[in-house]
Amino acid sequence: MTRFAVPGRIAVGGQTASRWQTATLTEIRRETPRAATFRLAVPGWAGHLPGQHLMLRLTAPDGYAAQRHYSIASAPDPSGHIELTLDRVPDGEVSGWFHTVARPGDTVEVRGPLSGFFAWPGDRPALLLGAGSGVVPLMSMVRHHRARGLTVPLRMLVSARSPEQLIYASELGPETTPVFTRSAPPGVPVGRMAAAHVAPLLADRPEGGWEAYVCGSNAFAEHASRLLIAAGQPVDRIRIERFG
Amino acid sequence: MNVTRGFTGRPRVHNPGLPPGQYDAREDWPVLSAEVTPDLSPADWSFRVDGLVEHPHTWDWDAAHALPASAYEGDIHCVTGWSKFGVRFGGVSLDAFLSVARPHGSATHALAYSHTGYTTNLPLADLTGGRAWIVWEYDGAPLPPEHGGPARLVVPHLYFWKSAKWIAGITLLDHDEPGFWERNGYHARGNPWEEQRYSGD
Ligand SMILES: Cc1cc2nc3c(=O)[nH]c(=O)nc-3n(C[C@H](O)[C@H](O)[C@H](O)COP(=O)(O)OP(=O)(O)OC[C@H]3O[C@@H](n4cnc5c(N)ncnc54)[C@H](O)[C@@H]3O)c2cc1C
Repeated sequence: MTRFAVPGRIAVGGQTASRWQTATLTEIRRETPRAATFRLAVPGWAGHLPGQHLMLRLTAPDGYAAQRHYSIASAPDPSGHIELTLDRVPDGEVSGWFHTVARPGDTVEVRGPLSGFFAWPGDRPALLLGAGSGVVPLMSMVRHHRARGLTVPLRMLVSARSPEQLIYASELGPETTPVFTRSAPPGVPVGRMAAAHVAPLLADRPEGGWEAYVCGSNAFAEHASRLLIAAGQPVDRIRIERFG
Repeated sequence: MNVTRGFTGRPRVHNPGLPPGQYDAREDWPVLSAEVTPDLSPADWSFRVDGLVEHPHTWDWDAAHALPASAYEGDIHCVTGWSKFGVRFGGVSLDAFLSVARPHGSATHALAYSHTGYTTNLPLADLTGGRAWIVWEYDGAPLPPEHGGPARLVVPHLYFWKSAKWIAGITLLDHDEPGFWERNGYHARGNPWEEQRYSGD
């Protein structure tokens, strides 16, 4: 019964993780009616790998602070900037501030990058399954793949309620198959991600097999990981990031 | 202090049970495991104590249930920021297993491991003295699989990643050996009251 746990992809330095740094908002881009991308200048950013996340902190005048985890949406680059994409959560303390108050010039604090487990250095063939804002760390991988002109196979299945709710829609290319759960463009079926989406990708396995990355709500993570296992993906090659 | 313009935050609650940087998740119980939830039945489950002990021993489901029942009622704290108050776990105190296995005087740490292969390290002192449990009930019902059922470790005074789901055993050591998250940048001990989230905290 005992298997080896999925090993971490990279070692993570303690120094960068424990230091809070000031990040200055430089740009806000709307992605969907519910999600927007926030570009931050972080001069001391140590660099990250696609798939990693950070911790972000907002502080009120009386010293009260709220901190949350956010995946890094941008690919690693030397610009001194990183991008986050936040869903607007109803009554959300932190996402609410970003969506209603934040404007360029504002500062927040971040620490990271965190967790080497969900990181993808661009080495192994990657099969990415995401839903909702779970596409965020996966998009960092897709962008990295493109920016570096990598030839290692990469495919993404992303689930959204409707075309309007599909984050990064205009950026998605032939590597991506969107799945729509509530409404779809004419001729595209509506429904949950299913065996029919996953099976062809596993039938067409690259040399050495896929490293699978699953990201989204817990319900989606459970569903998608079961689909992968049913289609023959080894359990120790499935990495899951649950947004809680 | 680095005040965020226009951020007021939720109404302040004075809650002495809330460690720094945590919030009350109330009814929510988020699931954050990085692995696939295993399909593990009670019949397949076992728990072993080995390493620096006099009597390495494995308990199956029935043998573990034959030990004196013990419950934890209180709070739990996850490193991602949520805390949950007044939870009720039922199982057996880890002391009951250790009193059968009898740790050597040289044992200082433990590596807890799961049926999935997940690992986490703890000082032995955090596992003894009525502060750690092997549990199979939550709120009077069987522990759900995504929360670690059929049985998990519960060490409620540390961040909850230390409370290994689908627990398979603990190995006693004379040194500290980082587990899964600890190798991925998380703190070796994980005391929520000192906000020991990441290594270096
Ligand atoms: C590793 C990781 C990566 C993540 N990456 C992303 C990402 O890239 N993009 C993204 O959008 N999200 C991401 N998340 C989720 C993110 O961390 C936050 O959980 C999310 O933004 C909600 O935070 P919030 O402060 O806006 O909402 P919260 O204020 O935390 O509220 C969340 C929900 O809980 C309720 N609630 C919580 N506390 C209270 C309270 N005290 N009183 C009343 N109601 C309460 C709210 O009503 C709401 O429905 C990630 C999470 C993890 C763990």
